[in-house]
Parts: sequence; C-alpha cells; structure tokens
Amino acid sequence: MTTAAAKPATMAQALGRALRDAMAEDPTVHVMGEDVGTLGGVFRITDGLAKEFGEDRCTDTPLAEAGILGTAVGMAMYGLRPVVEMQFDAFAYPSFEQLVSHVSRWRNRTRGAMSLPITVRVPYGGGIGGVEHHSDSSEAYYVATPGLHVVTPATVEDAYGLLRAAIASDDPVVFMEPKRLYWSKSAWNPETPGEVEPIGRAVVRRTGRSATLLTYGPSLPVCLEAAEAARAEGWDLEVVDLRSLVPFDDETVCASVRRTGRAVVVHEATGFGGPGGEIAARVTERCFHHLEAPVLRVTGFDIPYPPPMLERHHLPGVDRILDAVARLQWEAEG
Amino acid sequence: MKRNSPTVLEQRGAYRPTPPPAWQPRTDPGPLLPEAEPYRVLGTEAARKADPALLRRLYAQLVRGRRYNAQATALTKQGRLAVYPSTTGQEACEIAAADVLEEQDWLFPSYRDTLAAVARGLDPVEALTLLRGDWHTGYDPREHRIAPLSTPLATQLPHAVGLAHAARLRGDDVVALAMVGDGGTSEGDFHEALNFAAVWQAPVVFLVQNNGFAISVPLEKQTAAPSLAHKGVGYGMPGRLVDGNDVAAVHEVLTEAVRRARSGGGPTLVEALTYRIEAHTNADDATRYREEDEVEVWREHDPIALLERELTERGLLDDEGRQAAKDAAETMAAELRARMNADPVLDPMDLFQHVFAEQTGQLREQAAQLRAELDAAAEDQQHDEPGGTGR
Repeated sequence: MTTAAAKPATMAQALGRALRDAMAEDPTVHVMGEDVGTLGGVFRITDGLAKEFGEDRCTDTPLAEAGILGTAVGMAMYGLRPVVEMQFDAFAYPSFEQLVSHVSRWRNRTRGAMSLPITVRVPYGGGIGGVEHHSDSSEAYYVATPGLHVVTPATVEDAYGLLRAAIASDDPVVFMEPKRLYWSKSAWNPETPGEVEPIGRAVVRRTGRSATLLTYGPSLPVCLEAAEAARAEGWDLEVVDLRSLVPFDDETVCASVRRTGRAVVVHEATGFGGPGGEIAARVTERCFHHLEAPVLRVTGFDIPYPPPMLERHHLPGVDRILDAVARLQWEAEG
Repeated sequence: MKRNSPTVLEQRGAYRPTPPPAWQPRTDPGPLLPEAEPYRVLGTEAARKADPALLRRLYAQLVRGRRYNAQATALTKQGRLAVYPSTTGQEACEIAAADVLEEQDWLFPSYRDTLAAVARGLDPVEALTLLRGDWHTGYDPREHRIAPLSTPLATQLPHAVGLAHAARLRGDDVVALAMVGDGGTSEGDFHEALNFAAVWQAPVVFLVQNNGFAISVPLEKQTAAPSLAHKGVGYGMPGRLVDGNDVAAVHEVLTEAVRRARSGGGPTLVEALTYRIEAHTNADDATRYREEDEVEVWREHDPIALLERELTERGLLDDEGRQAAKDAAETMAAELRARMNADPVLDPMDLFQHVFAEQTGQLREQAAQLRAELDAAAEDQQHDEPGGTGR
C-alpha cells in the first residue's frame, strides 16, 4: 500500500529510481549507452546517475549499438553487471548479432561456467508520434531467441520491480519499456518501492467472468479501458498483464482462460509471427475443452510501422478490441 | 574506484568543430602510422639482441604447433573432427600471441586460433570440442583466461575491449589480446571495437593475421587501405606492420604493444603478414582460387625454417635439439590422437541444462518430452536385444 501523502510518480521516474537503487546497492552495476550520461538519456531515465556515480559507472558510449552490447559482454565476463540502454527499438538492430550469437548463448556455450548478467533496456512501441524507426514493437525477435528473458512492465510499480529483478538476474534480460507509458502516473512511492518479485509471473489486473484479454506493456491501459467500455455491452472482461514473455506464465494465463472460456490476445507488434500467435496456440493446446470460441488476436497490422499521421489506424484500440470480443461466438451460449 | 591519474578525456583534450582558421587536428597522425616495411628480426642485426632462451622456447612451440595442425587435419579425415581450420604456416603468430601474455591476461581467439589457445595452456582436446561437433566450448574460459571460441567473425573484439575496460576500471593489471583475420577487418565489429578501445584507452592489443584470403576472397577485394595496419590511425591508435612468419619479430612487436597497454598507453593494432598454407578448412578446395606457385613462395618463407636457420647459424640448435622438439611434438600428437579416437559420451538432456540459470517451464516441458522419447527408445532396444523379453 502506498501512503496517501505520496506524490504521483511516473514510470520514467520509477525506472530511474530502479537504476539508482541497483547502482547504490551493487558496485558492479554499470549503465552504458548513447546520451545516458550528461544528458540523462533522451527519455531522461538515467537522469542524475552520472553525477551521482561518476562517468565510469554511467557512461556515454560512442554511437554504435553492436559496440555497446559487445563491450558489455566483455564487462560482464569480468564480473560487472552492465545495464545497456538502446535509445529506441529500431536503433537496437545493429546489436542483434551480439545478442543472438553471443549474449543469449554464452551460458549454454560454456556449460554454465559463465553467465552474462546483462540487462538490455529497449524503449519500444508506438503512439508517441515518432517518425520511422522510433515506434517498433520488436519483442518477437527477442522472444524467438533461446537464452533471453524478455519482460515488459505496464505499470509504474512493475517498472521499478521488474527492472530491479532484471538487473539482479544472472541471465541476460531484454527489458522492453513501453515508451508511451513513460509519463503514466501512479501513487507509487519511491521511498517504499515494494517487493522485487522474480520475473516470470503474469498478474490479473481486472477480474471478470465473460472473457480474458491477454496483453502486456503499452496495450494494458487500452485493454483496461476496453473492459470498462464492455460493461455497457454486458461483458465482464478479465484482463491479464503478462509482464514476462519469456519465461511465459502458462499457469496464470490458463487459469484465467479456463474460468472465462474465451480469450483475446492484444499487442501492438505485428500479428503474423508476433507473440500473439504463440500465446493463442499455447492457450488452445492447454485449455481446448474450456474454450467456447477460438482464441482471437488484436495486433498491429503486418506492415512497417506507419507514420505519426496514420498510426492511430494501426494501433489496437478499444473499438477493435470490442469488435474481437463480439466475435467470440456468444450466440452459441443462448 | 579512486582515480589519481587524469581521465582519458583529460589526457586527450576536447575535440569540437570550430570555424576556420581556428581548427587544428587533435594529434599528429605521424607516430601512429605503421612502418613502411614489415618489421623483421630473424636474419637481421636485430636478431643478435634476441634472448636465446626465448628463441629456443619459441622453436619448440612452433614445432609442436605444426604437428598439432597436421594431427588435427588428419583427424578430420578420420571423421574424428567435423571440421578444422588450419593455421599451418601461421604458427609464428599463434605461438607469439600466447607467449607474450601474463597469467592474468586474457586471450580472445578467432575460430581459427585453437593453436594459440593450446599454446596458452588449454588442453588440445578441450580446444577442439566445438570442432569435434559437440554443443559447447569445452572449457571454462576463466581457467586459462581464454574467451570461448566461436565462429562469428570479429565479434570477439568488442568483448576483449569490454573486458580490458572493466579490468582497468577495477584497477587490475590485465591486458586483453584479441585475434582476427584479414577478412574480419571488414566486419562492423572490428571497426566498433577499435573505436571503443581507443576512446576508452582500453588495454587491448589487436592482432590481425593477414593470411591473404577470407576463404577464397583475396585482400584486394576486402580493402582499399594502404595496409590493414594503417587502419589504426583512423581510430587514434598506433598501427604496426610485422612479418607474421618471423616469430621473433611478432613476439617483439606484440610484447611492446602489451607493455604499452599495461602501462596505460592504450590499444595497438598489429598487422602480421602471413599465409594460410592449407585451404580454409578441410572442406575447402584452395586450387579454385589460388595458384600453387604462390603457395610455394610462402613455403620458402616458412616460420619454422626461418627460426631454425637463425638458431643453427648462431649455434643455438643442433640435431639433438631438433630431435627433442620433434619428439615432444610427436608425444603430444600421439596423445591427442588416442584421446580423440575415444568416442565422446554425450547426454542429449544436457541441451536443456544451461540455457538459463533456472530452467523455464517451457524448457522443463520440452526436456520431459525428450526424456520420454529417450526412455522409450532405450526400452525398445532392451526388448530387441538377444535374450531380452521381446514383444
């Protein structure tokens, strides 16, 4: 419980606080990336860290993402715990080979002799009016790579807790930050940040009986809004915040779907080859006899992320979610 | 960490564009340029200054290295190795790279450099684990401070920079030596690693073995640079050009570069001119892209023969010494052969053990599936065996 006196904090502040607390507790935690030092990052997540901990602990690197992640590998080999900031989703692509060919495989390649406790922070998703390469939902690439944990917060509280857990993890974690929610607020109090849970657990954000919306990151507030709007249609929707795509919490997800008998997966990433396909398949395989309708997906279209002037047509919105809920074969019930 | 010395940035000074005519280059590029001719020691006056004990040690290592290459290549023909990229003809670089490092230093080999790893003390069987077709590197990198061998090109270079940087931040006396081939210098990671190393003044030595070919593609199709060593100046680090088959020269140049790195002088780029006598691997056919005449020229400039001539002329090596080196190499080869001829026992279940520190539910399910398949197969086999219960 947060105190009544607490001033609302933003997700950006919670992330910054998580970095600060991790650095204060553990001298091996190093923050590195483009503009993270003097400027405090283009989203100001690392604001004040270079001043407090010095530039050796919060380092402005040359502008080269493969070099940033590649050198982070070497630093982790030597016992440091690097937290790498990729400035934007699409700017992370040059680091892909290091991530896929090395970071994700290091523990396996060395038979567990050496792990790489690297956190790669990736601001992702659209809805901020960004020009091309500033709004991608790139999580499917990471999810498809064995050896990586992939987590994403949707609330201010989780931004703190999950980032602390990611940094504490001995395995590499791709930490996807829904940049649209950086300025979302909550009564979360940085002085009493709460328990740091291990990553890998989904959470029910809204209980309901009619159907389950399975979602994560930037789509959570949209789903909660849709669930409110659905009440007018007589649907009582449950909303599950996945929080972690790898590991995937089959237990929480399936328990919800078995209760409601219907499910819609909602995310911004493209539908074909996106995480929603895997989630729908897992739910179908595990909950088939509880399902009243096929698991549906509401996702971004299979197009390059559209420009700011058209992105509203691409992003999953309340109406599109309600349309999907309407297609969950309710007539069969009567 | 406490710092008494000036920071890297303070040493180097600011660099901002200013309107003309105030602009000046930050440093004089002259001292960073490589020598006009590849540096040589053997057969020159400089050889007189070389330590006889060092030369004898290098000789024994070269002979052993040549034998290791021959044995590993033979093992591919016997099906004991899946593939082997040979360093026959490049032994001087492999041996010198390992020899110049101290115990606490780190070696970052490329996929071709198993010999350097062996010369640093790694068990040859462990060094060849991946090439044998196993799923892991075979050794704990921390034991001999050798980064895990793997195939991607030049990606080990930023690892070396990061490790050296981390060691320096901690105030530890550690140098990283990173190896790469001429083809690898075209990769983006080569560029990014050199740039990071120079900006951070990381204690790293980059050794480029220019063996003339990236599989089949000759260097003239890789670069338009005057030499690969010239690439150093663009990053603000010295480039050195050395005869890569002259083990005394390579050893001296690398020793200087390591000393420079250790004393806070920053990174060095060393280009060693050598030649890949064998094909790219046993699976390659070099006659498709080069003439035997060219190979012959390099056989005449053989690293072992060069050193042997020097040692013999100076009376540092006789027939007995030659035989002793040969015998030691044969012993190593015989042991390697015997151990590689034993079938390794692999447990497929290990494939799930080290993907994560803590196995995910998804992996537990899949591991259980494979376990059940293996158990069923084992049961079938038991039933099929003579004297079994049958079906």
